[in-house]
Amino acid sequence: MKTLNFFGQWVAGSIRIVLTGNKLYYAWIAFLMLCSCVGVWAYSRQLSEGLITTSLRDQVSWGFYIGNFTFLVGVAAAAVTLVVPAYLYQWKPIKEIVVYGELLAVAAITMCALFVLVDIGHPERFWHLIPGPGILNVPKSMLAWDVIALNGYLILNFVITTYLLFRLFQRKEPNKRIFMPLVWLSIPAAIAIHTVTAFLYAGLVARPYWNSAILAPRFIVSAFCSGPAVMLVLMQILQRFTKFHIRREAMWKIAELMAYFMGFNLFLLGAEVFKEYYSDTTHVVHMHYMFSGVEGHDTLVPFMWFAVTCSFAAFFLFLRRKSRENIVLLNIGCVLIFMGVYIEKSMGMVIPGMTPDTLGEIYEYVPSINELLVALGILSIGTLLFTFMVKIATPILNGEFHYIDKK
Amino acid sequence: MTKAVSRRDFLCALGGCAAAATTVGCDNITHSKFFRSRFKELGAEELQRILAELAVENNEKFGTDLVNVSATGAQPGVEFGYALDLSRCTGCRRCVKACVDENNQGREQEIQWIRVLEMEEKHGIDFHHADPYYNHETVPQEGNFYLPVACQQCRNAPCVKSCPVGATWQEKDGIVVVDYDWCIGCRCCMAACPYGARRFNWTEPKIPAEDLNPNMHYLGNRPRPKGVVEKCTFCIQRTREGKYPACVEICPVGSRKFGNMLDPDSEIRYVLENKKVFVLKAELNTRPRFYYFYG
Repeated sequence: MKTLNFFGQWVAGSIRIVLTGNKLYYAWIAFLMLCSCVGVWAYSRQLSEGLITTSLRDQVSWGFYIGNFTFLVGVAAAAVTLVVPAYLYQWKPIKEIVVYGELLAVAAITMCALFVLVDIGHPERFWHLIPGPGILNVPKSMLAWDVIALNGYLILNFVITTYLLFRLFQRKEPNKRIFMPLVWLSIPAAIAIHTVTAFLYAGLVARPYWNSAILAPRFIVSAFCSGPAVMLVLMQILQRFTKFHIRREAMWKIAELMAYFMGFNLFLLGAEVFKEYYSDTTHVVHMHYMFSGVEGHDTLVPFMWFAVTCSFAAFFLFLRRKSRENIVLLNIGCVLIFMGVYIEKSMGMVIPGMTPDTLGEIYEYVPSINELLVALGILSIGTLLFTFMVKIATPILNGEFHYIDKK
Repeated sequence: MTKAVSRRDFLCALGGCAAAATTVGCDNITHSKFFRSRFKELGAEELQRILAELAVENNEKFGTDLVNVSATGAQPGVEFGYALDLSRCTGCRRCVKACVDENNQGREQEIQWIRVLEMEEKHGIDFHHADPYYNHETVPQEGNFYLPVACQQCRNAPCVKSCPVGATWQEKDGIVVVDYDWCIGCRCCMAACPYGARRFNWTEPKIPAEDLNPNMHYLGNRPRPKGVVEKCTFCIQRTREGKYPACVEICPVGSRKFGNMLDPDSEIRYVLENKKVFVLKAELNTRPRFYYFYG
C-alpha cells in the first residue's frame, strides 16, 4: 500500500515535471512534436499506399530505415558500456553515467523498434512474432534472435533505470545485490544486441559484402566511437542546463578511449578493403560501388569519402592530447565521429551490400521524401522520449524531486 | 479448432482487436483474415471454410464466379526437378509472359518471377555482364546467350532459414512456398536469396478482371495482398494436378524440362543422368533443384 502511494506520487510528480519548463524547453518540445506529426502523416501515407512510397524496390529491398536501425542499435549498445570505464577509473558521477547511458539506450532501442515496424509490409501482423499465438523461428532466423535480444535489452534497461530512480525518489539507496548484477548484465547484453544485429547481415551468403567474419567486430568497435560521441555532447548539454557535473578529466578520458576505438575501426575497414581489392574477385564490385562507382553509378561515392575523411580527422584529433583536451576541438571531433560512423554504418553498410543486386543489376537507391519524413518522425519521437526521461531523472538524481510525506 | 479459438481470445485480450480495427477496418472477413492461423496449423474443416471464403472474396472482387482455390498437398513419391537447356534458349521471354498470365502477378508493378538475363558469350555466365532489360527487334542476338533465372527451389534454402515467423518453407515435393496470410513483409528472405527470386508487393497488386486466372492454389497463384513476398512455385496449382508449369508448356524451343526426380522414367531423370548439368552459384551450397545444361 505504501509502495503504491510512493508510486502514485512519483507518476503524478513526473507528469508535472514533464509539463513544466522554461520557454526554450517548450519550444524544443513543440519542435519535436511538430516533426513527430509530420512523420506520422508520412507513415499514414505509406500505410495506405504501401512501401511503394519509399524508394525501395526488389533490387534494393532494405534501405534508409534498416540503415538507421543498425546505427541506433550501436548507439544503444555503446551508451551502456560507458559504465565500464566509469567504474574502472572511478569517475565520480558513476550513478549519473549509468542512468543517462541507460536512458539513451531505452530511447535508441525504441527508435530501433519503430524503424523495423515502419519497414515491414504488415505491421498489424506483429503478433506473428509472439511465441504462443505466433511463432518465432529460432534458432534459425537471425531476425528472430534480434527480436529477442533487442526486446530483452529494452526491458533490462527500463527495469534498471526505473528501479534506481524509484528508489532514489523514495530517498533510499538501491539494493546493491539486485542493482549491480543487473547493471553488469546489461554490458554483455549490449554486446549481444550488436553482435546479433551484425549476424543478421553476416549470415547472408547471398551478399558477399556483408558475409564477412569481421562485420560483428566492426559493428561493435564503431559503436564504441559513435555511442560515446553522443554521450559526450549530451553530458555537456546536461551540465549547462542542470546541476549535473562531470569532471573534465573524465571527458578527456572518454575522448582518448574513442581515439583508440576509432583507430581500431579504421584498421578493420582497411583489412576489409585490402581483402576485397587485393583478391580482386567479382565481389569487389560492391566496394567499387561505394568508393568509385560502377559504370557511372556513383551516388554513394562522395558520402563514403566524406565519412572516411571525418573518421580519420577525428582519429587524429582525439589521438593528440592537446586537441582532445580543448573543448571546441573535442566537440568538433564528436560531430566528425558521429557523421563518419553514421554514414559508414547506415547507408554505407546497407546499400553497397545490395548494389549491384544478386543478379548483377544496379539500381541506384536514394531515399524518397516520404521515407525521409517517416525517419524524421521516428528520430523526433525518440528524442522526445529521451528529453522527457532526462527531465524526470535529473531532479531525482540531484535530490530535488523526492517523496514528501504529506502527514 | 479449439486452438484457433483460444488464439483469438488471447489476442482480443491483448487488445489486438483494437490495433486490427484501426489498421485494417473490422468487418467479418477482415476480422477472419487478421486472425487467420498459419497454413500449416489449419485444421481440415477450417481450411475448407477459408478456401470457400477466398473463392467468394475473389469472385466478388473480380466480378466472376469461376474462382476455385485449392490446397492440394504434395503427392507421395514426388520430388520435382527442373532443367534448362541453355543452348536452346533464344531469349524470347514467352515464359515470362506465360508465367504472369498463369500466376496472377500485379500488373502495374510488373512483378515477374522469371528474369531472363542476356549475357555475352565472351564473358560466359557472369552476372556482372548481364542485361535483364534487353530490347531488340529479334532474338537471339549474335554473340549473346540467354540465362533465365527464377526460384531455384533450393534444398538448403537461405530464404527459409531467414524468415523470423516461419512464413516460408519447403514442401515435401521440394517446392518452396510462402504463406501470404502469415508473411509480415520484413524482406529478410529477399536479402537472403542469392538468385533474386523473390518479389515484394510494394503496393496493392492490380490484376485486370479479364486477365485473372481463376484456377488458384492457396500457396501459389491466388491474388496476394500488398506488403507480402511472393515467388515462383513451379506452378503449384498445375504441377500438383499432373500438368507442366506454364513456362515449360509455352517454351517454343523446348529448352525447359520438368518432372518428378524420383520417377526413373521421367524426362528430368534422363537429363540429370545423361547431360552435364550444373547449378548457379554452386559454391554457396544452396543445392538447387533447378539445373542448367548445354544440350
